[in-house]
Amino acid sequence: MPSPQPSSDPFEIPRPAQVPAIELIGVRKVFRRRERAHGRFSPRRRVAALDGVSFRVERGETVAVLGQNGSGKSTLVRVLSTLLLPDGGTARVFGHDVLTQPAVVRRLVNRVSVEASFFKKMSAAENLSYAARFHGLTSGRTRAGIPEILERVGFPADRRSEPMENLSRGMQQKVALARALLTAPVLLLLDEPTTGLDPRSKREVQAFVKEMRAMHDATILLCTHDLDEAEALADRIGVLDRGRLLVLGTVDELNRRYGAQTLEVAFFAATGREFGEETDPDDDREVFA
Amino acid sequence: MSLHQPASGVAGDGRGRWSLRHELIGLSGVVERNLYLVKRYIWWDIAFFVWTVANTLSIVFIARGIEASGGTIDVNRAATSLLIGAVIWAYLGVIFEIMTETVAWERWEGTIEYTFMAPLSRSVHLFGMGAFALLYGMARALLLFAVCAFFFDLSIPDADFGAALVVLAVASVSFVGLGIVTAVLPLISPEKGSQLGFVAQGLLLVVSGVYYPVEVLPRWMQWLATVSPATYALDGIRDAILVGDPLTAMGDELWPLVVIGVVAVPVGLAVFRRGERYAKQHGKLKRSG
Ligand SMILES: Nc1ncnc2c1ncn2[C@@H]1O[C@H](COP(=O)(O)OP(=O)(O)O)[C@@H](O)[C@H]1O
Ligand SMILES: [Mg+2]
Repeated sequence: MPSPQPSSDPFEIPRPAQVPAIELIGVRKVFRRRERAHGRFSPRRRVAALDGVSFRVERGETVAVLGQNGSGKSTLVRVLSTLLLPDGGTARVFGHDVLTQPAVVRRLVNRVSVEASFFKKMSAAENLSYAARFHGLTSGRTRAGIPEILERVGFPADRRSEPMENLSRGMQQKVALARALLTAPVLLLLDEPTTGLDPRSKREVQAFVKEMRAMHDATILLCTHDLDEAEALADRIGVLDRGRLLVLGTVDELNRRYGAQTLEVAFFAATGREFGEETDPDDDREVFA
Repeated sequence: MSLHQPASGVAGDGRGRWSLRHELIGLSGVVERNLYLVKRYIWWDIAFFVWTVANTLSIVFIARGIEASGGTIDVNRAATSLLIGAVIWAYLGVIFEIMTETVAWERWEGTIEYTFMAPLSRSVHLFGMGAFALLYGMARALLLFAVCAFFFDLSIPDADFGAALVVLAVASVSFVGLGIVTAVLPLISPEKGSQLGFVAQGLLLVVSGVYYPVEVLPRWMQWLATVSPATYALDGIRDAILVGDPLTAMGDELWPLVVIGVVAVPVGLAVFRRGERYAKQHGKLKRSG
């Protein structure tokens, strides 16, 4: 494994090669929520969004987590980005515990989620600019860097100063990718980055993720419910179902394990359910996407 | 730029230690973002300013109204006193609004998770919001005062504006501290948080002697007035502008303000930290309903 860090840098965050990029040991996250159908005074129900999830992702790997709506993918991403505190277990990013060293973890991680989250009246350039500042980048570095990175993700130069609300979903998602890349995360968390995109934007975003993979030292965790996307982009694929990681391996390993010819069949064998069947009856896609 | 270079983003890959300098860059990013928002919502800002001017004028006219209906008052003095009350109140309102927006606006735009997973520390993030709120609030307050003083042709020959500004600056520290406390409310209760902010603001309005001397209040309210920084700010500023008291005569106002400020800011930060923890435990950072 190449050492991407100039070893002369005395301040670097230690990320020894033998330490996995992601290490989860029995991570649990339980939410208490009211059932909508039963009105506002109904008793709260406990939902185990993550139910003892353990796995490792090596540095430089791209791992896809496949799961239906409500299987716990976003919860997993939020735990790794220090936005949700796990109720039990341990989660580490390059050896740094998300609970006890969140500040270090935040410097290593960035994320693209299903909804492009931006100040809608502000332009792409403005949104990227302030976000870069939050990661310690001066305007001297972003002045040239932002146009460059927007160009790399295929964002048209003449629309940089247009309010984000005028841009298509696909275009916004490219800006979201640019925002994540701008901070050069060593762990990139992609949470359904292509869900809801038109086929062309979807292909473009996927092509870009592929290019990212080729980059030195970038580790990618891709959460998706798109089987083809997982197969096309990931080295290994895990199946998450109702908060439990049922299996994690290469496509071949998965197929062999379940005696399946295709990933779809393997998924069915692992979860006991047809792909595309809803597991989460709650009408909360918008809220918890 | 090749995608195969380790420097995938502007940050490069040799991650230096996160330092005070990075925090200050982050702070400038908070201010920068708010300036973009002012620019993008400029008509809204202008409309709000016109409304504030109208509101302030209608309050200051009360002084003339009393005289016209046969009361005997020193109109110039009463009008100036009411104007000071209205201007300080508008200033305080702006600070509270901006601080409360720290969470509420970002939740609405959907950017809150990205801001909260950035390496910028929460205290510096909040100080950035405070710094912008002070600059923006101060600019509006001065403009409001100038417009209204001109309109009423007030004569304040003895005024010591320097002393008044110092009192306001010292008081602002406490205002920001209280603002941080109200900022946390939308974090804990997405539905009711902003309303509680209004309640807190209203309470300050009624007890702090914005338009009348605190002595006219019932005793229990007078007690509340002694812990409100706005009480001392108004006292000091009125002394400076109406009587021309110099700073050296402001001990009675400055000391309580310093004490309240020194207490309010750390308390505000501690409360916010707890609120953030609670939100991350219960999945309320993003939750909109
Ligand atoms: N903030 C939250 N509050 C309450 N319940 C939540 C919250 N976030 C997720 N959940 C619940 O946890 C389960 C997993 O959700 P999520 O991780 O969003 O799944 P996915 O991203 O795979 O669709 C779902 O049942 C969802 O309703
Ligand atoms: Mg999701």
